[in-house]
Amino acid sequence: MNIIACVKQVPDTEAQIKVKADGSGIEEGQIKWVMNPYDEFGVEEALKLKEKNGGDVTIVCVGPARAMETIRTALAMGADKGVHISDPAFDNADAYVIANALAAVIKTLPHDIIFCGQRAIDDDAGQVGAMLAEALNVPQLTIVTKLEYAGSSVKVIRPIEGAQLSIETALPCVVTCQKGLNEPRYASLPGIMKAKKKPVDVKNAAAIGVATDAKAKVAKTVPPPARPPGKIVCGDEPAQKAAELGRLLREEAKAI
Amino acid sequence: MAKGVMIVAEQRDGALRKISLELASTARKLADQTGDEVSAILLGAGIEGLAAELGKFGVDKVFVGDNAALEPYVTEAHADATAKIIKDNDPAIVLFGASVQGKDLSARVAAKLATGLATDCTDVKVDGGKMVATRPMYAGKCFGEIVIEATPQIASLRPNVFPAAENAKAGAVTKVDVAVEAQKSKVLEVQKDTSGKVDLTEANVIVSGGRGMKGPDEFKILEELADVLKGTVGASRAAVDAGWRPQKDQVGQTGKVVSPNLYIACGISGAIQHLAGMSSSKCIVAINKDAEAPIFTKADYGVVDDLFKVVPELTAVCKKLVA
Ligand SMILES: Cc1cc2nc3c(=O)[nH]c(=O)nc-3n(C[C@H](O)[C@H](O)[C@H](O)COP(=O)(O)OP(=O)(O)OC[C@H]3O[C@@H](n4cnc5c(N)ncnc54)[C@H](O)[C@@H]3O)c2cc1C
Repeated sequence: MNIIACVKQVPDTEAQIKVKADGSGIEEGQIKWVMNPYDEFGVEEALKLKEKNGGDVTIVCVGPARAMETIRTALAMGADKGVHISDPAFDNADAYVIANALAAVIKTLPHDIIFCGQRAIDDDAGQVGAMLAEALNVPQLTIVTKLEYAGSSVKVIRPIEGAQLSIETALPCVVTCQKGLNEPRYASLPGIMKAKKKPVDVKNAAAIGVATDAKAKVAKTVPPPARPPGKIVCGDEPAQKAAELGRLLREEAKAI
Repeated sequence: MAKGVMIVAEQRDGALRKISLELASTARKLADQTGDEVSAILLGAGIEGLAAELGKFGVDKVFVGDNAALEPYVTEAHADATAKIIKDNDPAIVLFGASVQGKDLSARVAAKLATGLATDCTDVKVDGGKMVATRPMYAGKCFGEIVIEATPQIASLRPNVFPAAENAKAGAVTKVDVAVEAQKSKVLEVQKDTSGKVDLTEANVIVSGGRGMKGPDEFKILEELADVLKGTVGASRAAVDAGWRPQKDQVGQTGKVVSPNLYIACGISGAIQHLAGMSSSKCIVAINKDAEAPIFTKADYGVVDDLFKVVPELTAVCKKLVA
C-alpha cells in the first residue's frame, strides 16, 4: 500500500500565545513546537495499515525549516520517507494554498490513502483535508474515529451530532483523523537513530509549481475578549452556597 | 457583480437544524446593511416544505435541490450541487454552519470555487462592503479577523453563538435540478444516539465532570442536575481517558468546542486544553474544592467546596426554580 500522512508543526497545547503589539500575528519566540496532535493519529493509522498490509508511508509537510523536526518525529515513529515543502512564500498561506501545495506533491507519488489531522490546533481551521481531497479529485472522509481497510475500499466511522455514521468509500481517498482513532506510539530510541538516515526531499514553491497567494487573510490578530471577573459564591454550608448560586444564576445571569 | 448573502441550510431527517435558523438570522442582518437579498440552499429529499421556516427567519429565496440521492448526506454529491447553485447565482457572501456536516461541506465547496473560507466564526460583519469574520485561533488564546480576497467570501458560523430571531420574508421556493453522479462513498448505517440528549455543541446547558468525579457511577449526580436544567453532560479528557465517559462527551482542544448559555464544571481543574473547548460559553460556573484551581479564572461564579455535597443541593434548588 502507498500511504501518505500529512503533518504540520504547531505550538504545544500548553503554549502561551502572545499577540504582537501591531496585531500582525503572534510572538513565536517562546513557543515549543510539536507535531499537531491530530496528525499523530494520522501517522499512527498509516503505520498500522503498513504493518498489516505491507507498503510504505510517506510524510508530507508544508512548513518552515523548523518543521523538519516534526517530519523526523514521524520518521522515528516508523514512516519511511518524507517530503518537506518549505518556502518563505508559504508564511502567510491559508488552507487553500497549503492543500494545493500538498496535492502538487502527492500527485507525483503513488497514493492509495492519505491521512490528515481533522484540524491543526494553531489556526483551528480544519479545511486542509477536504481541500486536498478536492484538489486530488478523490472522496473525503472527515473526522474519522475508526477505519477498516478492505482492499480497494475503506469502511469508517464518523461521529456527527447525535449519531454515528458508518461509511464505505472507494480508494484512493483522504481521511481526516479524530481522537479515538488510535493511540499514537512514541518514537523509540532505535527509531530516532534510524530516522536520521531516512530520505527527506525538500522542495520550494517553484519546484512544485503552485500559487502562494492566500485567499483567506488574517487581517488582524487580537487577544481574546476579556471576561469580567467572576464571583466566589458565599455561604457557610454547601446547601447555602447552592441556594445562593441558584439565585445568582436565576436573577443575575438569567441562565436558568 | 456578486451580490447578496446566501446560506447553506442544514436539515436532517426532514427537519431543519437549529444552526440553519442562526444562519438565516445572521445573513438577514448582513444583507440589511446593504439592502441585499438573502437566499438559501436547501438540499435533500422531500424537503421543500422547510423553505417556509427559512422564510420566517429572514430568507427571501430558497433554492431547493430535491433528489433522493442527496439523502443521507454524502459530501461529494452535496458539494457538487452546492457549488453549482453558488456559481449560478453569484452571491457576495456565503454562510455555512460550523457543524460536522457544515465543516465537511464548506471546505470542499470553497476549494471547488477557488475561494477562501473562515471557519467556526464567532462574529461576522460587513465593513466597507467586505465581510470581516472573527474567529478564535490557537484554541481561543487569540482571535483572528479574516477577510477573503476572492468571490464568494465564505464563512462558517459556530453553532449556538448567533441568535436566531424571527423576521418574516417570502422564503419563495426556486426548484433546481441537481444531477447527482454515481458516488464513490456510501453511507452504510446511521446509528442514532438514543439517549434523547441534545449534542454538546447544540446544548443550552452543559454540566461537565472531571477527574474529581472519582468514577463513572458518580456522574449520576451530574445527569440528575442536567435533567433538571434540560442540559447535556460533558466531561474533561481525564474523565474520558479513564473510561468513565465516551469520547463524544469530551470538551476541549481535542474534544468538542461548545458555547452553551450555561456551563457548569464540576471537579475539573481548568487545564488550558479544557478551557479551549468551553471559554466561549456565556455563563461559566465552577465547582471545585481547590480554591487555586485555574478554572476559577474563567468562571463567572465559583463555588469552592466538595462537589458531592454541592451538586445534589444545587439540583434540589434548581428543581424548585424551574418548577
Ligand atoms: C495534546 C493534549 C490535548 C488535550 N486535550 C484536552 C481536551 O480536549 N479536554 C480536556 O479536558 N483536557 C485535555 N487535555 C488534558 C488536560 O491537560 C488535563 O489533563 C485535563 O483537562 C484534566 O482533567 P480534569 O480537570 O478532570 O482533572 P484534574 O486536572 O486532575 O482536576 C481534577 C479537579 O477536581 C477537583 N476535585 C477533586 N475532588 C473534588 C471534589 N470532591 N469536589 C470538588 N472538586 C474536586 C480537584 O481540585 C481538581 O481541580 C489535553 C492534554 C494534551 C497534552
